[in-house]
Amino acid sequence: MRPVHVFAVLASLTTLAGDIVYATELHGFLLGNYAARVTGDRRRPTSGDFLLGEERLQLKLSGSNEGGSVYFAKADFFHDEVAGQNDLDLREAYLSHSAGAFDFTVGRQILTWGVGDLLFINDVFPKDYTSLFSGRPMEYLKRGTTGFKTTLTTEIASADLIIMPFFEPNRLPGSDRFFFYDPFSSITNRVENRPRHDLANTELALRLYRPILEWDGALYAYRGFFRDPAMQLDSMTAPTQVTINYPKSSVYGASLQGNALGGVVSLEAGHLDSRDDNSGTNPLMPNSQTKYLVGHQRSLWTDFTAGLQYYGEYMHQYDSYLANVPAGFPSQDRLRHVLALRLTQLLKYQTWRLSWFSFYSPSDKDFYFIPETSYRVSDEFSVTMGGNVFGGAKETTSFGQFKRNNNVYVNMRYDF
Amino acid sequence: MRTNIFLKGLALATILLSATIGTELRAEERDATIIIKKMQQAFFYQGGILRARVKMSLTTSDGNKRLRELTMLRINVPGGEDQRYFMYFHGPADVRRMAFLVYKYPNKESDRWLFIPDLGLVQRMASKDASSSFVGSDFTYEDVSGRNIGADSYKLIKEETYENKPTFVIESTPTTAAAYKRKISWIDQTAFLPLKEEFYDVQDQLFKVFTADEIKQVDGLPTITKRVMKNVKSGHQTLVEFAEIQYRVPLKVEDFSERALRNPPKEWIK
Repeated sequence: MRPVHVFAVLASLTTLAGDIVYATELHGFLLGNYAARVTGDRRRPTSGDFLLGEERLQLKLSGSNEGGSVYFAKADFFHDEVAGQNDLDLREAYLSHSAGAFDFTVGRQILTWGVGDLLFINDVFPKDYTSLFSGRPMEYLKRGTTGFKTTLTTEIASADLIIMPFFEPNRLPGSDRFFFYDPFSSITNRVENRPRHDLANTELALRLYRPILEWDGALYAYRGFFRDPAMQLDSMTAPTQVTINYPKSSVYGASLQGNALGGVVSLEAGHLDSRDDNSGTNPLMPNSQTKYLVGHQRSLWTDFTAGLQYYGEYMHQYDSYLANVPAGFPSQDRLRHVLALRLTQLLKYQTWRLSWFSFYSPSDKDFYFIPETSYRVSDEFSVTMGGNVFGGAKETTSFGQFKRNNNVYVNMRYDF
Repeated sequence: MRTNIFLKGLALATILLSATIGTELRAEERDATIIIKKMQQAFFYQGGILRARVKMSLTTSDGNKRLRELTMLRINVPGGEDQRYFMYFHGPADVRRMAFLVYKYPNKESDRWLFIPDLGLVQRMASKDASSSFVGSDFTYEDVSGRNIGADSYKLIKEETYENKPTFVIESTPTTAAAYKRKISWIDQTAFLPLKEEFYDVQDQLFKVFTADEIKQVDGLPTITKRVMKNVKSGHQTLVEFAEIQYRVPLKVEDFSERALRNPPKEWIK
């Protein structure tokens, strides 16, 4: 609870040395996180039921001075019981400085924008779905990106410009732990081809935002790459090698969010341009799409909130996609849509939290449920238990492919 | 200058009140409404721009204690009763660096945003002013930032001495959604601060009691520096202590924005 001033001596020396005061703080947590598959399926004959078994020590070191400069670093030291190894994850490490109407942030940082709840249209920043699907705390869904962020705040509008020279893909469930649909599972010869760290491959993301009649309005633009991998074959007829790559993409969109209908109403849309496959003739590459979502969240009674979202993805070059899908391949619908429901009840002075999150797709006929309960024993210590439940008519759809990974998880955490 | 604005505001509010509902109110109701109006000014609006370091101690009936530490900034939007609040959480560790922004409007639900630093996310919140607990305490959002004056009808029941101070005793009866069926307030006749409030539930049983346990002069303004909200049914209580209080802080209305959530004003949140 109480900040640990490890660098208190250093800070006081600095105070003596000059009139600039540096406040340095060290915080963090120790987290034990365990998730076990309950379907009885084994990925390999030798592997067990555990999708996740890890102990994490997260340290957050931060400081700032009177001149508007800030540094922040967050690192996880962890032991992965499933892989049997120790590792380090530098989740964030950035320097930031404010000067007049400008804020500059340089380094590895977690970036989020857009108004969807677990539905992302204009939020093009790296995510870790493995964490979500195996019950890590929500903060692990987002991964840090190394970039240069400039924010300009003016009375007319504000702008964020983010320059990301180092491509970071999404982390998706891998075959070492998860069951999922792989159309080329028989081809084990695989190479990954990430966008090289060239200046020409630098990703750009821009957001312009301002209040519009008490609503939050925003415009977005992004030029870069798909973060989910696409697959390429060396030969369509007799393939021997799969190349995993990240095709070029651009996203243009807008969002509005405000108080209405007794709660919060969210609207977001985006046009996703698949620049490597404008004609939509390559079925192994994402087609250009329009995505949209409408959401409404409201508090129905004391400490209970309900949120409902409707989300859709409309494929642009559907005819050429259909014409080129190889025989025997599952074809997608022109419109995939998803309903998402979130229910949260806080109890006993907000020390208990019961929550439900679900995705259901009427077009794919599949679902994903996350029931969760957490209990805050004290300000420092908390216990969370939950489950990840997947299902669907087919094993080739977004959520249906994970149905053999249904798991329960528990995590215990001590914050300091 | 400020006193002038305050007096003008008060006069304007009184005129507005009498213009809208005045004709239907009996004399004592009008007096009660004016007293409540003055109380709200003294309690929630005074001093223009406020900065304070706030410590909340939440104690259960069996003595378990939790703490919330935050810096609060508050500004009155010129030309009306709108207000903006900015709160930065110093602790406990799981909410550290979170920031909370509220645009409060007198006649409708507030706009609320929460910044979650671990996700880099600014999220709009859909909680209700009247019934939502503020950070798990015994205070609702309304208890923290005030209830719309038109949402209750008021009656001056009596005048009596409470803790050696002459007070107006006023009964508030909600005309719109509320967490209570009625509320009795003891309001100091000089400073117009509430010294005690009793909240009665739908069964008309006492369930919550507010007391102002310490009042100090800050920049010449009487200010409640210690307050307690006790739930007499559950035995849970919340003590709120204000420290490092500053009035007339040089902040602008525009400073209460998304920028502040993502990059809190360092000089004010120490």
